[in-house]
Parts: sequence; structure tokens; C-alpha cells
Amino acid sequence: MASTDTTPFLDKREAAADTADVGAGLDALDSVSAQRSSLGEVLRQKALPPLIGVLVVIALWQGAYSLHLTSSYKLPSPADVWHSAQDLWYQGTLFSIIWTSVWRGLSGFLLAVVIGTPIGLVVARVRPVRTAIGPVLQGLQSLPSVAWVPAAVIWLGINDSMMYAVILLGAVPSIANGLVAGIDQVPPLFLRAGRTIGATGLAGARHVLIPAALPGYLAGLKQGWAFSWRSLMAAELVASSPDLGLGLGRYLENQREFSDMSGVLLGIVLILFVGIAIELLVFTPVERRVLRNRGLLAAVK
Amino acid sequence: MTPALTTSADAAGADARGAAPAVRISHVHKSFGRAGAQTHVLDDITLDVAPGEFVTLLGASGCGKSTLLNLVAGLDRPTRGSIEVPGGRPALMFQEHALFPWLTAGRNIELALKLAGVPRPERRAEAERLLELVRLKGSYGKRVHELSGGMRQRVAMARALAQGSKVLLMDEPFAALDAITRDVLHDEITRIWAERQLSVLFVTHNVREAVRLAQRVVLLSSRPGRVAREWRIDLPQPRRIESAGVADLSIEITEELRGEIRRHGQH
Repeated sequence: MASTDTTPFLDKREAAADTADVGAGLDALDSVSAQRSSLGEVLRQKALPPLIGVLVVIALWQGAYSLHLTSSYKLPSPADVWHSAQDLWYQGTLFSIIWTSVWRGLSGFLLAVVIGTPIGLVVARVRPVRTAIGPVLQGLQSLPSVAWVPAAVIWLGINDSMMYAVILLGAVPSIANGLVAGIDQVPPLFLRAGRTIGATGLAGARHVLIPAALPGYLAGLKQGWAFSWRSLMAAELVASSPDLGLGLGRYLENQREFSDMSGVLLGIVLILFVGIAIELLVFTPVERRVLRNRGLLAAVK
Repeated sequence: MTPALTTSADAAGADARGAAPAVRISHVHKSFGRAGAQTHVLDDITLDVAPGEFVTLLGASGCGKSTLLNLVAGLDRPTRGSIEVPGGRPALMFQEHALFPWLTAGRNIELALKLAGVPRPERRAEAERLLELVRLKGSYGKRVHELSGGMRQRVAMARALAQGSKVLLMDEPFAALDAITRDVLHDEITRIWAERQLSVLFVTHNVREAVRLAQRVVLLSSRPGRVAREWRIDLPQPRRIESAGVADLSIEITEELRGEIRRHGQH
């Protein structure tokens, strides 16, 4: 049904059917279907490379040990560190040490979320507040939270509150800043579109602003967790008291006092392991889900 | 449904009789900037859109056509003059689809329904109906990024219709689409406009598109925007953008538009 100048107009119904067919054809040609890879493929592409990386590091370490590059009390073998872990396991303290720190870290982090989120919202949306404390909030991010430990000890004494204070001082600014950045990056078009369909005021915040700011907020939360964990380890390393219970940082410092290098290395490995595990188990799945739903993951597939 | 709804043929008559138009823009001025250093964007615009009428606003850049649409949509206020939309907040479509990527196609429509006060049990069925209207049956659960540009604009159209307004404002909604898709969407908007008896104010800088779609083409001059001339288009619908009738009128309007643009190069 080619159009020529002699038959410029089609019969209405015929034209509508023609449009429907062309439209359906275009839809079929243009739409992209999201492909998900199989489990085996995911394992091979995602799990294998880091596993190889870890094995290489252990091999180099073992090599350095076998070549006696330095004395064995400074550099114990991977097997020595493994034995230290086994000792803790048989004493039954391995999990209690990890749990003490993880519990503190996570509960401190959750508290930081509860405090940091409203601060972020207010700083992002209220201009005078932003001018007043925005720069300070950003600057605080670059202050190592270990610097707060002496102050926290004097204010609060050596106890759990001091630990939480240090975590909050480390994590609240990154969470708040993440939310501010997330809100700043919301395309103005979404806000306009929201207003035209009637999403103003609180409905606008709930249905448009907050969901639109979610990726930035999540990035802030992730960083907030990293800061919580770091601050906590710093606090545990510095503050020593029998009331505090044995966490990973304290364990690390204790082994240093005993000059037990395999214990020290075990402490470092465990701290690293917990930090990575929480990120992989909690934050990465949430973040991937959010980005995938928005079609922002295709590039990093 | 409402007594204000008339067929397009007697809409022009209603206009003349002074019956309530769907959109009434009277002596609207808009300027930006501080007093003393103001830019006049719109100068004394008076324009009515009759119920059921399809009007395209045509102009070169700087004619303030998007500004005018924002004023009608209630996103901004005129400096002087008044804008009345008796049917309540009009629906607005942008050049970008502006769908929310954290919601599926269907949920985007449901959000508009929710904000328009449609009770929850009815939303799902209504969203499906609207998707069917824009020929996207079965796309309810699709994510925005899984849809092509043309499909996104159709979901955006469904979302706009979900607001329940009989007045649809469109700000170059097809400008970013390829020619074939745009052609199909011209047919679709013409069909939906007739089916739903909408009053449409459609902004474009594409003369042929304006002629293809409209019952009335309004040419705005630039800096400041003024109504320069109007054409009533009596070619029967559905039209084809390649047809001789559309082409002839487009040539005439383009001449006028070029004349408007030329004036700006002369001083």
C-alpha cells in the first residue's frame, strides 16, 4: 500500500490496521530483551578471577617464606596463620571475636543510617542549612575517624558508648553526603514529570525524589559501612578495657603485644574478610538489583 | 460525558459563541530576570483551545513555546495575563519520555492513577486498559529500559492519559524519535485524540508535523513570542505526512516561518 500523490488518503480502518502492523513490527525490531547468564557462566566469570587472585597472593607469600626473605617470626607461613585460626576455633572463641565486632559494627552502622538520613535530606533540600553545614559535612569525610578516639575516650570513657560515638562520627557524614549527592543528581525532568502528574510535597518526596536518589544513597550507605568498620577497628585497637569484650581489633592488638605475628596476620585477614563479606552479602546484591531494574547495569555486565 | 465536549466541527462554532474553551490564554506576558534587566519571552499571547480541538504551536527557537506550555501546565506563572484550564490540571508530555526507571511501564501509569485519586482496586485494570489503548498490551511488567524509544513515548502517553485530564499538552514529544517511528506515533496520537475527544496543544518546530496533526496551526514569532499567524487545516484525517495537501500547506507556512526568522538577522 505505497502512498502516491494520486491516493494520498487511505480508508480510515485500513490505515489504522496498517499503523498497528507497522507499530508492532517496530516494537519487535527495537525492543531489547534483557539476557541473564547461567549460574555456571556467572561462577566462571565472577568467582574464578578473584579466587585465582587470592591463590596467587598465597603462593607469593609461601614463596617469600620458603626463600627465607626475612626471619620467620616476622613473616610466618600461610600454614602458621591457618594454625592460629584453628587454635581460636578449638578454643571456641573464633566466632565470638568476630561476632563482637560485627555486632558493634552493624548496630553502629544502623544507628548512623537513622541519624545520617534525615541530616542528608535536610542538607540537600534546605538551602541555608546546606550553606551552613554542607562544607563541614564534606570535610568531615576526609578526617580519619581514629582522630576522634582520644576525644571520645575523654568524653565517654572506655566503654561501648565510646565505640559507637567513633562509628557514628565516621559513618554519619558519608551516609548524609551520599544522600545529598543522590538528590543532587536526580534529573530535574523527573521532578517536573512528577509535578505534572501531581506528585508534590510529601507525595513528591516519596514517589519521585527518594526513589530517584536511591542509587546515590546506596553508594553512601556502602561507604558508610566501610567507614563504620574502619572506625570501629581503630577504636578497638586503641581502647583497651576488660569490660569491652574481645573484638577483632582488640584481638589484633593483643597478638601484637604477644609478638605473635601469625596471630597479627590472622587478625588482619579476618578484619578484611568480614569487611568484604558484609559488602558482598548485603550491599552488592541490593545495589545490583537497583541498578539492574533501572537498566544501569548493562555496561558492566 | 461533559456538556463541554463537542465534536471538532462545532468546536470552532463554540469558540465564536464564547462557550467555555478547554484552555483559555488571555494576554499572557512572561519575562525572566530582575526588573531592569528583563528578557521578554512571551508578549501578549491570546489563544483559546476549544474542547476537542487539536492545535499545534509552531515557531523557531526562542519563541517561548515551551515556556507557554509550562505556564498552561501550571509549572510556572505568567508575569501578566491569565490562563484558565477549566477541566483542572492538564496532562503534559515532554520530548523525553520522563518515565520513572525504578518502576515498570504499568507501575508508572498506576502512579499517575494513584495521584489522580483512582482507588487501588481499579488501578491495575485501568493501567492495562491504557496500555492496550497505546498498543502495548502485555508490556505491563516491562522495565523502561527494555522498551524502544517509540514504546517509551507511548507509555508516557498512557501515563499522561491516566491523569484523567481531557487536555493534553505535548512539548515536542516526537522530536527525538526516528522518522518511521514518528510517523507511526502521528497516526496513534491522531487516533487517540479522536477516540478520547482530547483537546491537544502540541508544540513543535517541525512544520510538516504541525500540518500533519493539527486542525489549527499557530505560528509564534521569536523574541518575544507573539502570535504571528494562524491557519485552519481542513484536510481530512488520517493524513499522511507525505501527501500533497500537507506538503503544499507546509511550504506556505515554512515561508512565513522563515520570514519571521529573517527579521532577526536584519538588525
